[in-house]
Amino acid sequence: MSNKLKAVIIGPGNIGTDLLMKMKRSEWIEPVWMVGIDPESEGLKRAEQMGIKTCATGVDGILEHVIADDIRVTFDATSAYVHAENSRKLNELGVIMVDLTPAAIGPYCVPPVNLEAHAKNLEMNVNMVTCGGQATIPMVAAVSRVQSVDYGEIIATVSSKSVGPGTRQNIDEFTRTTAGAVEKVGGAKQGKAIIIINPAEPPLIMRDTVHCLTAEEPNRDAITESVHQMVAEVQKYVPGYRLVNGPVFDGNRVSMFMEVEGLGDFLPKYAGNLDIMTAAGLRTAEMFAEEVANGTISLPARGE
Amino acid sequence: MNLQGKSVKLHDMSLRDGMHAKRHQISVDEMVKVACAMDEAGMPLIEVTHGDGLGGASVNYGFPAHTDEEYLSAVIPKMKQAKVSALLLPGIGTVDHLKMAKDLGVSTIRVATHCTEADVSQQHITFARELNMDTVGFLMMAHMASAEKIVEQAKLMVSYGANCIYCTDSAGYMLPDEVTEKITALRNELDSGIEIGFHGHHNMAMGVANSLAAIEAGCACIDGSVAGLGAGAGNTPLEVLCAVLNRMGCETGIDLYKIMDVAEDLITPMMDQPIRVDRDALTLGYAGVYSSFLLFAQRAEKKYGVSARDILVELGKRGTVGGQEDMIEDLALTMAKAI
Repeated sequence: MSNKLKAVIIGPGNIGTDLLMKMKRSEWIEPVWMVGIDPESEGLKRAEQMGIKTCATGVDGILEHVIADDIRVTFDATSAYVHAENSRKLNELGVIMVDLTPAAIGPYCVPPVNLEAHAKNLEMNVNMVTCGGQATIPMVAAVSRVQSVDYGEIIATVSSKSVGPGTRQNIDEFTRTTAGAVEKVGGAKQGKAIIIINPAEPPLIMRDTVHCLTAEEPNRDAITESVHQMVAEVQKYVPGYRLVNGPVFDGNRVSMFMEVEGLGDFLPKYAGNLDIMTAAGLRTAEMFAEEVANGTISLPARGE
Repeated sequence: MNLQGKSVKLHDMSLRDGMHAKRHQISVDEMVKVACAMDEAGMPLIEVTHGDGLGGASVNYGFPAHTDEEYLSAVIPKMKQAKVSALLLPGIGTVDHLKMAKDLGVSTIRVATHCTEADVSQQHITFARELNMDTVGFLMMAHMASAEKIVEQAKLMVSYGANCIYCTDSAGYMLPDEVTEKITALRNELDSGIEIGFHGHHNMAMGVANSLAAIEAGCACIDGSVAGLGAGAGNTPLEVLCAVLNRMGCETGIDLYKIMDVAEDLITPMMDQPIRVDRDALTLGYAGVYSSFLLFAQRAEKKYGVSARDILVELGKRGTVGGQEDMIEDLALTMAKAI
C-alpha cells in the first residue's frame, strides 16, 4: 500500500498550479483534486490537462468526495477572507489544512524551525506565514538558537510581476503577519517586517535582508556556523536559497543578505517568493505523511 | 515664463525629508522650534515623521531620536495656522500608523508608492478617505515611468479616494521639460477637482527650475524644504523658491524675510554636513538613484573601501527603488569581494 496522502488544492492560480507541479514529483503526497470557482478558469483547465480531477463549485463541491477519495490533506491557496470557512468544513471531515493565505488561524509553520513539532502534535491547520517569512525566519531562528535576540527585522524585496492582486490589496497583512512570526517562530523579542516591490526588467530574483540585534555581544563563530547549517536545511526543499553576504557583525547587529531563486516550475525562476511558499507548504504536508508512515501520529479515524 | 497672478501652496519637508540628512536624529526641541518659526512665517503645511514615513523606525532606515508619536504630539498643538502632514509608505507603515497620526491631529496623509505600483496604496488611501483626511497619492521615482504610465497610476490612486496626486522626483533626475510633460499630462487627464503636486530634489540643481515648470503646467502644491534640508542635495530650497515666486508675481502667502531667517538662523546651524550638490549627490541625480541612499553609500564607502559613486551608479543600473537601502551594504560587500 502506498504511504502517499491524498490531497486537494483549493485555488488554481499561480500558487496552486506551481504547487500541483511540485506535488506530482512528491513521494509522500498525491494530488487528486483541484478546486476553483470558475469552470472557464485557465488554472482548472491546466489541472485537468495535468491529469487530476477538477471541481468548479468551490469547497462545497468537494466535500462529498472527501471520504470516498480518502482525502487527507488540503492546501488552501485562495484568500484570507474565505480560508476560515474552507478550513472549518474540511477539518470537520478530518482533513489536515495547510494554509497558504495570510489568514493564520492555525499556528505559524516554518519547516526547518518548527514543522516537526506541529506534525507530532497533529495540528489540523498550519499557516505558512508569508513568502518573506519563509525566506527570513529560518535566519532569525538560526541566530536566536545561539543567543537571545532583542529585535529581528526583515526586508523582503520582490519583483513586481510576482506580486498578485491579493497581496497588493492587503499589503498590511504581509507586514503584520511576517513581523508576528519573526517573534513567535523566529524567536526575536520584537519583530519588524518591510516589503519592497521592484518593477525592474528583467525581474529581479527575490532578495531578503535579515537584521538581528542580539542582547549580548554576538558569538560570531557560533552564529556563523548556525546560519550556514540553517541555509543547508532550507536548501533541502528550496535549492535556490542562497546566503549572498554575511553574517555581517557590527556591534550587536547581525545581518544576513539572502537571495531566493525558484525552481521555475510554473512560476519563473525569479519568483522565489512564490516558490518558497509552495515548497514549504508541500514540505509541511510531506512531514505529516512521514510521521504517519513512522507511526508517530495517526490520522483522524474514518469509518472503514 | 509667466506665473503672474497664480498662487501656489508650499509644503515644507525639512522635518521629514530633512530627517534623512540628519540620520533621523532631529530633537523634539528642534522640531518644535523650526515648526513654530515656519508657522509664524506663514508656511501652510509642514510634514513631520521619520524620513521614511510613519513606521520607518528600523535598522534598515535608521532608528530616530524619537518616535513619530512624540514628534507629532509635540509639534501639532503648537501650530497657530499651519497644518501638519505625514508620509506613509505601504510595505513599511500600516493603517494602524495612519490612525495614530490622524488621532494626533495630522490633517494631510501622503501615501507613497513607487510610480508603477500604485495599487499597493488602496488599503491606506481608502482608509484615509474614510477618516475624511486630505489624502494625497505620492508617486515616487516618477522619472522611471512614462507620462502615460504616471497618469494610469494616478488614476488608480484617485479611484481609491486620493484628492491630490504628486509627481515625485525622488532621485532629483528630472529636467524641466520632463516635469512639464508629466504635470501637463496629469493636469489634462485628471478631473479638475484633483490637485497636482510636485516634489523635487536638488541633485542636478534643478529644484527651483523644475518647481517653476510644474507651477506653469498646473501644479497647485509644491514641496521643498527650508534651507534645502533633505535627502541627497536636499529638496527645492523653499526660501529661494519664495523669493523667485515673489519676483514673478506668484502668490505663496509666505513672509520672505521670515522664511529666510528660519533657513539661516535655525536650520542651517542644525546641519551635520553642508547640504550641497557634492560628487555623490550629483551622482544620485545623474544616475537616477533614490536620494536617501546618499549617506548609506558614503558609510559603505568608509566601511568597505568601495567608492560611493560606484555603488550609486550600480544601484541605478539595477533599477533599485525607494526603500531598498538594504541593497547598499549587500552590494558594497559584493563589490569589495571583487576588488
